[in-house]
Amino acid sequence: MSQLALDKLKERFGTAILETHSNYGDDTALVDAAQWKAIGKFLREDPALDFDLPVDLCGVDFPDRLPRMEVVLHLYSIARHHRVRVKTRVGDEDMDGADLDSLVSIWPGLNWLEREVFDMSGVRFRGHPDLRRILMYPEFEGHPLQRTYPADRTQPLVPYRTEDEAGMPLNKLEPFGYDEGMPFGRQGPHPRAEDN
Amino acid sequence: MGDMSNANRSLTLEGNEQGFATTKVDAMLGWARKYSLFAYPFITACCGMEFMALNSPRFDLARFGAEAPRFSPRQSDLLWVVGTISQRQGPVLKRIYEQMMEPKWVFAFGTCASSGGFYDNYTTVPGIDKIIPVDVYIPGCPPRPEAVLDGLMLLQDKIARGERRAGVVKPRVDPADHVKELVQLRRSANDPSELAPRLHAGVRK
Repeated sequence: MSQLALDKLKERFGTAILETHSNYGDDTALVDAAQWKAIGKFLREDPALDFDLPVDLCGVDFPDRLPRMEVVLHLYSIARHHRVRVKTRVGDEDMDGADLDSLVSIWPGLNWLEREVFDMSGVRFRGHPDLRRILMYPEFEGHPLQRTYPADRTQPLVPYRTEDEAGMPLNKLEPFGYDEGMPFGRQGPHPRAEDN
Repeated sequence: MGDMSNANRSLTLEGNEQGFATTKVDAMLGWARKYSLFAYPFITACCGMEFMALNSPRFDLARFGAEAPRFSPRQSDLLWVVGTISQRQGPVLKRIYEQMMEPKWVFAFGTCASSGGFYDNYTTVPGIDKIIPVDVYIPGCPPRPEAVLDGLMLLQDKIARGERRAGVVKPRVDPADHVKELVQLRRSANDPSELAPRLHAGVRK
């Protein structure tokens, strides 16, 4: 649908567009993190593109690849009915340097989405007006959607009752066992989690 | 139900009417309490839809005297925890429980409230019994209203007997155990009348 956006991006930003692909109307550009804000501004303001709706923003962790955290922005133009997906990669193994320019000044609707990406994935957005956690509580340590966050680590706000206090076993009720739920979460810690 | 024979065994003390009267008051209080439960609905997730069905005329929670919701914990004695409790809600749930007046009872409605269900992760309390005591667990995702009514009757029985140990609603019939006994419709050769005996033979007694 929006090969136009990819062409214009390549023409305007050249080598800052690291990679593009376009399959079945699904157009994606992988861009340089340093140009993130300039590219956002261009996509918003170019009259032929006019991407006025930020559909979603999310972080995807690839712990075996550097830079490790991929930030994905989905855009839609209500006037022109086309979409584009813009991705960038930030952060080393320890998530150092996982900083990215905030796009809230371009799309105010990204305010909470950037807070969510910060909360879940640990990407810090420079220039965000209010970068706090949005889903987890302030006492929470770490970022749960990073692959190095242990699958069975919980951080209760109230201390759990002990079995003595309750006078009964407090493990999961039959037929629910310890492994109930997400089986992939219990197949041992992530390889990199062991190093920490 | 309505039968006080299972209530606290009355104790007759020779020459001491006071002792006799006290135990009967306990039994009478239990009988009165079990038909006038004032509910505090703590509803957080999809089980709430089943809770609505439970309150609607088809299942009619009012038959059990437990239909009046009180949206102040200080006026209620039955806490319905309906749905997933996130770690962030844990302190709220504990405070609500502590604000309720004695005597008080707690329902863990559905699998998530009972054990965390399939939310086995960083954000969910693995069963509200980690935070507050539970009187009756009602498994199901969500539980059928009939299962909840079973749980309510179980709680009424517990109240009448003064029993505080936790109870679990068990399915009356697990269909998976009775596959052979389920009705199976088969078209027989050319004789429609043959269908009837097979059908009846298949019905569970």
